[in-house]
Amino acid sequence: MNDHAAAVITHEGLGGLIAGLRAEGFRVIGPRLRDQAIVYDDIESVADLPAGWTDEQEGGHYRVRRREDAALFGYNVGPHAWKRFLHPPLLRLWRAERSADGMTVTATSEPAERYAFLAVRSCELHAIAIQDRVFLQGPYVDPHYKARREGAFIVAVNCGQAGGTCFCTSMNTGPKAEEGFDLSLTELLGDRHEFLVEVGSERGAALLAAVPHRPAERQDAAQAANAVARAEGNMGRHMRSDDVRELLLANLEHPRWDDVAERCLTCGNCTMVCPTCFCTAVEDENDLAGNAAERKRRWDSCFTMDFSYIHGGSVRSSGRSRYRQWMTHKLANWVDQFGTSGCVGCGRCITWCPVGIDITEEVRAIRGEGGSDGRA
Amino acid sequence: MDRLGERAPVMAPDAMLPLIARVARRVRELPDTWTLDLVAADGGPLMRYAPGQFTMMYAFGVGEIPVSVSGDAADQTRLVQTVRAVGKVSEAVTRLAAGDTLGLRGPYGTAWPVAEGYGRDVVVVAGGLGLAPLRPALYQLQAERKRFGKLVLLYGTRRPEDILFRRQLANWRRQLDMEIEVTVDHAGAAWRGHVGVVTRLIPRLGIDVDNAMALVCGPEVMMRFAASALNDIGVPEEAIHLSLERNMKCAVGLCGHCQFAGSFVCKDGAVMRYDKVRRLLGLKEI
Ligand SMILES: Cc1cc2nc3c(=O)[nH]c(=O)nc-3n(C[C@H](O)[C@H](O)[C@H](O)COP(=O)(O)OP(=O)(O)OC[C@H]3O[C@@H](n4cnc5c(N)ncnc54)[C@H](O)[C@@H]3O)c2cc1C
Ligand code: SF4
Ligand code: SF4
Ligand code: FES
Repeated sequence: MNDHAAAVITHEGLGGLIAGLRAEGFRVIGPRLRDQAIVYDDIESVADLPAGWTDEQEGGHYRVRRREDAALFGYNVGPHAWKRFLHPPLLRLWRAERSADGMTVTATSEPAERYAFLAVRSCELHAIAIQDRVFLQGPYVDPHYKARREGAFIVAVNCGQAGGTCFCTSMNTGPKAEEGFDLSLTELLGDRHEFLVEVGSERGAALLAAVPHRPAERQDAAQAANAVARAEGNMGRHMRSDDVRELLLANLEHPRWDDVAERCLTCGNCTMVCPTCFCTAVEDENDLAGNAAERKRRWDSCFTMDFSYIHGGSVRSSGRSRYRQWMTHKLANWVDQFGTSGCVGCGRCITWCPVGIDITEEVRAIRGEGGSDGRA
Repeated sequence: MDRLGERAPVMAPDAMLPLIARVARRVRELPDTWTLDLVAADGGPLMRYAPGQFTMMYAFGVGEIPVSVSGDAADQTRLVQTVRAVGKVSEAVTRLAAGDTLGLRGPYGTAWPVAEGYGRDVVVVAGGLGLAPLRPALYQLQAERKRFGKLVLLYGTRRPEDILFRRQLANWRRQLDMEIEVTVDHAGAAWRGHVGVVTRLIPRLGIDVDNAMALVCGPEVMMRFAASALNDIGVPEEAIHLSLERNMKCAVGLCGHCQFAGSFVCKDGAVMRYDKVRRLLGLKEI
């Protein structure tokens, strides 16, 4: 890391961080309560944060609920992931026009925003690092992701509690934010509601220096460590992950794939909420006169029939093969493709599956430890 | 707080942007299959490519599809591609006339490792339109004929009328010192050649199996049976190369569509070594 000492700020300091980022021209995105869920949206001040709200999560179940305190970050992760900003759900790529001697093509994508993300969880930092590998570290770079990602300012937040479907400890992705942030916050709840701030970069240090703060004392650090330990201790789910790649690759014909196929609706919700899923399709549109055409890129899901269509039919026409594709991609093939698992244990796919299919439970069943539900 | 400002987002060039190509010549090969010679919009050369690579061809307002190069890589003045009209984009592409423009990206993917065949016998096995992606390899075998041992082309189509590049096959048979066996699934009384699937010709191959290389392209089932038959007669798995086909939206490893277990067919293929895919080819719906 670096040698900047940790500091403690109050609501006033936090407001200063937000204002400072906005003054620098960043579009600050953070958690907000909207339509009965905590989502990521524009933040203008501390007042926009979901003070006193938490979320209740189980397989196929999500509900926001009042807390007994006024914690600003006392929830876990919701239906949104930061990928919706770095890797937009819909993007215009280019426009083609007919010209006298053929056609011309011009790039039409909107200029990228300069984002500052407020309250990025450790699992989400890992998810961003995974998408960095996909979009920035292969033979071809996605310029749209690169432009959004490069200047982005990241304020992480450490979890003080785990959600009902969380299993970051199983995937070694949390709950403490270790790297990949400019600043990291730990909410200190108690008589004095404060935030311990750790510094991850020079520009993080510069931003912190400009807001009211005091040096962190030993008891602040101890209280922050306690909060993280509490989260570590109440993970809603667990999954043995050290050998899961080998386990799945050795069981591509396991009867459990038929079993899960009977439950799965192939709706693709799991792929939409997953912070690492990156697949896209392209769409071509014509104007009415047929003189101009536009090409767009849209999030896609391996659960659709079109996804694997080649002339004559879809390669993966059964639900069984599509669930198998998704899960083996996340937990096994991803390792071969990108040198890392594609799952960070955020639990979103479990929470937002309409029928509560649980990736940790499916792994357990293939391991031959079926029968038990996914709960820790 | 200057340091916060860093650089403003800049957009690098996008690999998804096609360049504009022009049809220099269009030749009908079969009632539904056409070969297009392509040049840059200004008439100049388009791109350098290797045998086995493919491009993404964009028909204005209709869409974009992967199509292998079917021409001679030694002639980089034009890009030659052979397309069968099977659906909306391939129909639009094959309707383009000389002088028309289209969008083009590439070349992408791995190449037929023709040079690995130096000093060895080389067997080329093609099924149907699979002969088109193999033709650049055949041109190279022809150009460097002396560097190879025995050359054999096994080509299977449905009916005698479906035989692609018919005249060229006859020329090669005459000039090339290459054994060419053509087989069809169904034929009338006039057909004097082989009848039956192309894999049936493999056990009779008179090649030095320990020192041979095979290039295989065709429908996936045909490639699976052909590769397995080649392996059965003793050609090592590592010496057999196949060209896989999967849905492709980007061809640059970013859209996820072409996944084949741990590989992306667009960048780790389309030409892949049999030993790397053998087990997966035996499973359904990978
Ligand atoms: C590496 C590679 C090389 C190829 N080389 C050739 C070639 O040399 N000559 C040739 O005629 N064809 C080739 N194909 C097949 C060609 O891409 C398809 O025939 C074409 O995509 C069909 O599109 P369509 O819109 O006409 O058909 P539709 O049936 O309307 O298809 C709709 C869409 O599905 C996708 N799709 C359909 N079939 C395929 C397919 N087989 N492979 C990938 N995506 C598909 C495309 O996105 C297509 O636009 C190749 C495919 C691949 C992957
Ligand atoms: S697979 Fe599920 S638990 Fe894993 S990162 Fe994706 S949404 Fe989160
Ligand atoms: S696992 Fe659940 S969320 Fe994912 S496609 Fe199946 S039903 Fe939908
Ligand atoms: S075609 Fe998009 S990843 Fe291969």
